[in-house]
Amino acid sequence: MEARENLEEKYREALSNYLKDQSEQALYQGQKYSRKTIEHKISPEEIISFHKSTLMDTYDNLPPEVLHSLDFLLEVMMGYGIAYREHQNLKHLQQELKSEIEIAANVQHTLLGTDIPEVGGLEIGAVSVPAKHMNGDYYHFVQDENQCVGVAIADVIGKGIPAALCMSMIKYAMDSLPEHRHFPKSVLESLNRVVERNVDPSMFITMFYGLFDPSTSIFTYASAGHEPGFYYNAATKEFTDLTAKGLLLGVEKKTQYEQYEKHIGSGDMIVLMSDGVTECRTSEGFIERKTLIEYIEKNMHLSAQEMVNNIYKQLEKLQHFQLRDDFTLIILKRNV
Amino acid sequence: MEFQSCVKIINEWDIVAARQLGRNVAKELGFGTVDQARITTAISELARNIYLYAGQGKVCIEKLYEGGKSGLLIIASDEGPGIPDVRKVMEDGFSTSGGLGAGLPGVKRLMDEFDLDTTIGKGTEIRAIKWLR
Repeated sequence: MEARENLEEKYREALSNYLKDQSEQALYQGQKYSRKTIEHKISPEEIISFHKSTLMDTYDNLPPEVLHSLDFLLEVMMGYGIAYREHQNLKHLQQELKSEIEIAANVQHTLLGTDIPEVGGLEIGAVSVPAKHMNGDYYHFVQDENQCVGVAIADVIGKGIPAALCMSMIKYAMDSLPEHRHFPKSVLESLNRVVERNVDPSMFITMFYGLFDPSTSIFTYASAGHEPGFYYNAATKEFTDLTAKGLLLGVEKKTQYEQYEKHIGSGDMIVLMSDGVTECRTSEGFIERKTLIEYIEKNMHLSAQEMVNNIYKQLEKLQHFQLRDDFTLIILKRNV
Repeated sequence: MEFQSCVKIINEWDIVAARQLGRNVAKELGFGTVDQARITTAISELARNIYLYAGQGKVCIEKLYEGGKSGLLIIASDEGPGIPDVRKVMEDGFSTSGGLGAGLPGVKRLMDEFDLDTTIGKGTEIRAIKWLR
């Protein structure tokens, strides 16, 4: 432990300097010294013992009370010394935990990854950003042999790691039911059964499932309590809510979902989102759906992907770069 | 076994007696003031745990001579309820919320060696050693 002896020597020097002239310079040395002792994990009780031995070596006729008082101080500082060591260990543990979560987030990214399909006549843009490390939102695209495009968007009530774990299950449940893909209502009904059976009763999932058939230009959809999206009619330049009734997934085993249809004309758009989008909070409260429409209109001249990217960036800026909830926005735009 | 003496822990004042015993032995062995304070703090914590959670027990102090080095062994034993989840009480951050003060992780850090045996319904024995450097 030569470093430690060295530090005791340094303390002696620094203290002697200060006792000589009480200068600011000497105090600054003291401040620098404490940075060094922290670096070397010297605990407070050791510093007091340095202090005491320096005094004893420097002065022959110190009143014994002074030395006794330092022993007392040393005893009092023991608790701080223990707390200090505990703090160091907890800091280390936190670092470990953080890197573990980062790895988990990468794993999740790979697990839940989805490719945006290329469909003639339909432009698709999607963005999904977690509020913390792991995403409790989920979106997925599927394309079948008839060129029909299925789009799923889901949101677990809650965020962070529990929500993210839950989402992995949705993804695998979806992968295992390809035969229902043509009927959004049956997709939701099957998933509801899976969620009801496998998920903690306190956890609920909202989900929207839609299917676009390019041969008929019909968009069929159903919703399990999910934040309603928008339908944009290019002919009238009007936005309407894409409302659909339905209970959240996981509430009731035998829930039936209603299925809706919408004809998508040229230039029309479907906008889907998680509640992280509408719950963007500014200093004046949540943004209004009206405000969101304004942002969509402002970016309408762009491609679907550029639109979602831009809207995300603008809303992120609006909330001073602090997301409170996972944010997912999808735009489907018919361009022929 | 060169030397062993024990203090029964029944009330809070016995914690002081255990500390005094530990400090005397530590001084005799030639421990410096910082290590003396570490040893007595560890004894305090162990004795306090007995007083708070087991009702009664004892703290014994033993001098150790092994391969040319000497050390101090603390044995804290009780016939209390035992510790149901040892991993949990050895976790940092748990003790402070549980009102244990420095707690067992603190004792472990203050000493060089630490060993714990516990049986539900039978009691707990903790052995901790500080070696003289």
